[in-house]
Amino acid sequence: MSFTIDVNGIPRSVDVDGDTPLLWVLRDVLGMTGTKFGCGMALCGACTVHLDSAAVRSCITTVDSIGEGKVTTIEAIGGTSAGAKVQRAWLEHEVPQCGYCQSGQIMSASALLADKPHPTDADIDDAMSGNICRCGTYVRIREAIKLAAGSQVKER
Amino acid sequence: MTSDRKASDATVALSRRSFLVKTALAGGGLVLGLSLPIGESRSSSAETFEPNAFIRIGRDGQVVLTMPYVEMGQGTYTSIPMLIAEELEVGLEQVRLEHAPPNEKLYANPLLGVQATGNSNAIRGAWKPLREAGATARIMLIEAASRRWGVGAGHCRAEAGEVVHTPSGRRLNYGELAVEAAMIPPPAKVVLKNADEFKLIGTPARRLDVSGKVNGSALYGIDARPPGLKFATLAQSPVFGGRLKKVDDSAAMAIKGVRQIVRLDDAVAVVADHMGAAKKGLAALRIEWEDGRHAGLSTRDIARELEDATLKAGPVAQDIGDAAKALAGAATRVQASYHLPFLAHATMEPMNCTVHFRGHECEIWVGTQAIARVQAMAAKAAGLPPDKVTVHNHLIGGGFGRRLEADGAVRAVEIARQVDGPVKVVWTREEDIQHDMYRPYWVDRIEAGLDESGRPVAWSNRFAGSSVIARWLPPAFRNGLDPDTTEGAIDLVYSLPNFHVEYVRVEPPGIPTAFWRSVGPSHNVFVTESFIDELAAAAKQDAVAYRRALLDHNPRAKAVLELAAEKAGWGTPLPQGRGRGVALQNVFGSHLAQVAEVEVAKDGSVRVHRVVCAMDCGIVVNPDTVQAQIQSGVMFGVTAALYGEITLKSGRVEQANFDTYQMLRIDQAPSIEVYLVKSAEPPGGMGEAGTSGIVPAVANAVFAATGRRLRKMPIDPDTLKT
Repeated sequence: MSFTIDVNGIPRSVDVDGDTPLLWVLRDVLGMTGTKFGCGMALCGACTVHLDSAAVRSCITTVDSIGEGKVTTIEAIGGTSAGAKVQRAWLEHEVPQCGYCQSGQIMSASALLADKPHPTDADIDDAMSGNICRCGTYVRIREAIKLAAGSQVKER
Repeated sequence: MTSDRKASDATVALSRRSFLVKTALAGGGLVLGLSLPIGESRSSSAETFEPNAFIRIGRDGQVVLTMPYVEMGQGTYTSIPMLIAEELEVGLEQVRLEHAPPNEKLYANPLLGVQATGNSNAIRGAWKPLREAGATARIMLIEAASRRWGVGAGHCRAEAGEVVHTPSGRRLNYGELAVEAAMIPPPAKVVLKNADEFKLIGTPARRLDVSGKVNGSALYGIDARPPGLKFATLAQSPVFGGRLKKVDDSAAMAIKGVRQIVRLDDAVAVVADHMGAAKKGLAALRIEWEDGRHAGLSTRDIARELEDATLKAGPVAQDIGDAAKALAGAATRVQASYHLPFLAHATMEPMNCTVHFRGHECEIWVGTQAIARVQAMAAKAAGLPPDKVTVHNHLIGGGFGRRLEADGAVRAVEIARQVDGPVKVVWTREEDIQHDMYRPYWVDRIEAGLDESGRPVAWSNRFAGSSVIARWLPPAFRNGLDPDTTEGAIDLVYSLPNFHVEYVRVEPPGIPTAFWRSVGPSHNVFVTESFIDELAAAAKQDAVAYRRALLDHNPRAKAVLELAAEKAGWGTPLPQGRGRGVALQNVFGSHLAQVAEVEVAKDGSVRVHRVVCAMDCGIVVNPDTVQAQIQSGVMFGVTAALYGEITLKSGRVEQANFDTYQMLRIDQAPSIEVYLVKSAEPPGGMGEAGTSGIVPAVANAVFAATGRRLRKMPIDPDTLKT
């Protein structure tokens, strides 16, 4: 079946089953490989994208559930104010190591900052604990979010 | 340049181009080192200066460095160029990087003898040869300039990619000298800079690989997309060694996008237009397996076999003094037995490999820590000579030892042989965890004798488990021993006058084993640092003071221990339920002391609040990378201590995804402080020490908080309930 979805402001038509997860539409059908596969069960957050500014796990978001919703991926998040701040802070603190999970981390962090410009540590825990980083860059993720938020950076 | 080099350059052209083009799209100042104009054309060898396998300078002045080690987050694509650039006298912003092609002769790690990135030894192995590579090139460029100018080479110097004639101030950039430099015979001997002359080494360099990792443009193996690509996922026999008996694929083939079912002896794969259809197809298959002889196997069986093995003598790994006699005469004897579990790697990038099998040749896209091994094993699986197998390496989305293995590439070749056109085989997370090659299970039986003052006068340890080296690098396994399996169990930092260690090799049935971050020390440091803590407790002495008294002949170890203790506030009071634990080690050529502060709740759950690390890793190449690697190693080790355990039941791995094989998350992550001790010693390894030391530090902290000694990992909260 054919679906037309808005990805980064561009309507994209794909011919797949309606229960196909958005993740595979992005990566395999549209060739947008910045969004990563990690677990397939919304357990790791590597596949996080925004659907109308909310962070969602694209591995369990079926293409037929998107409708008129606007999908934003890592490839375009730098075009949002929060996303640009987060990317700059990520570079400043050199957060990524292997980097594989970082698309998802940045998408979760951008959604957090768009919603709460000055998050507390508890807010960061809430928003970011769905994203696993096997390299364990958590100390820098926290610092970078605080830097992006413009608040005092201090180690917990 | 050798003919070897030409041939292998051709093999990496495609991956290099796609990798570099992609990273070029990232934009921004930091990407300079990886940027490349699209539509690049290689200059011919006649116009290129290639003094060795690592450096290529074209007439355009572009300096290309070929990276013999692969980037998996450890910062090697910045620190290795720093070594070359330091002596070549170029800035990091002036170099461009390429992944090295498979070539054991040119790109073997000097410490391993094979082309591989692992064992925390890239910097250790590269420290001398890659600085020499840079110095050789610099000397030849200077010589070329001095000949052109008709001046003495002694009046010329190199700086920032140019040769300068000091008296006149004339300058020529390296590109202008490339053709002439290629004619200069390489110097027989080069003198390397002293540490006080370093311009780059020891200064904080921005990582060259990071910018593509914040905007989705970095390319991992899983992102390869050769034209005409199909997507596959697979199910392998749930019991290791089992066979595929029967598959009913009627429902799967009816799914939109599913193209083909591939049957192998012990696996079945679904090939489709995208991974969504492949996964759906896989779920719709009705598969019958022949489980084979491991169908009844459990972890308990393996543990019992290892326990029994520690009752019999094994090859002696180290023997100092007379441990048996000293034990017999000791005032107090302390005995313990330790168990460490199988562990999965759980790299965030699941196992994957893309293969285009064309009958007479085969092309592979993958992220690997051991590209030559992949080429050799894939060639065997493809029934082709290795030179007919092209391997394009990529950034690695988590290695930790998993990608030192070629099983994923072999599997993908087996599938691709039955598929027309290129196919990307991606393992589901469940396959990735249930068909990993695991950190071995270990059992140690250890005993020590203390004198009247509590000081250890005898130490005797016998441990049993798998030797990964015996399978992976057989020549390094000699007389029943190998340097990895015993690292951290022998050559301890402490003065122990009577010391005896034996290793009994036991390969567990029905479960494959492999290297796992911090390898031998991941097991041995847990045992030795837990046991020395037990001895301190038996002697009723402070854990830091007890260790310190055994370090009079080891100033580097003593210095990091004292620094970590001081920074952690060792000895200062903590709230009820909290405790501090320490661990000290000299592994991978680096000295590291760690103090963990933990809290044990009434329900027995353990929270690691704070970790203080003091490190002497010799000369520091890139200081921020050292910090980052310690932070990373600590999180990896805390994950193992709190959650890490792979178990077998009825021959099957019981854990499957991140719900049953948990990872540390940000809300449970400790704060980490890292203090570096200035040192003039050669650099030590950094990627793994943080992992091996933190596990016993946490266990010792739990002891301090609760009085319960943990001799089996991971921590079982049920045993800590109050």
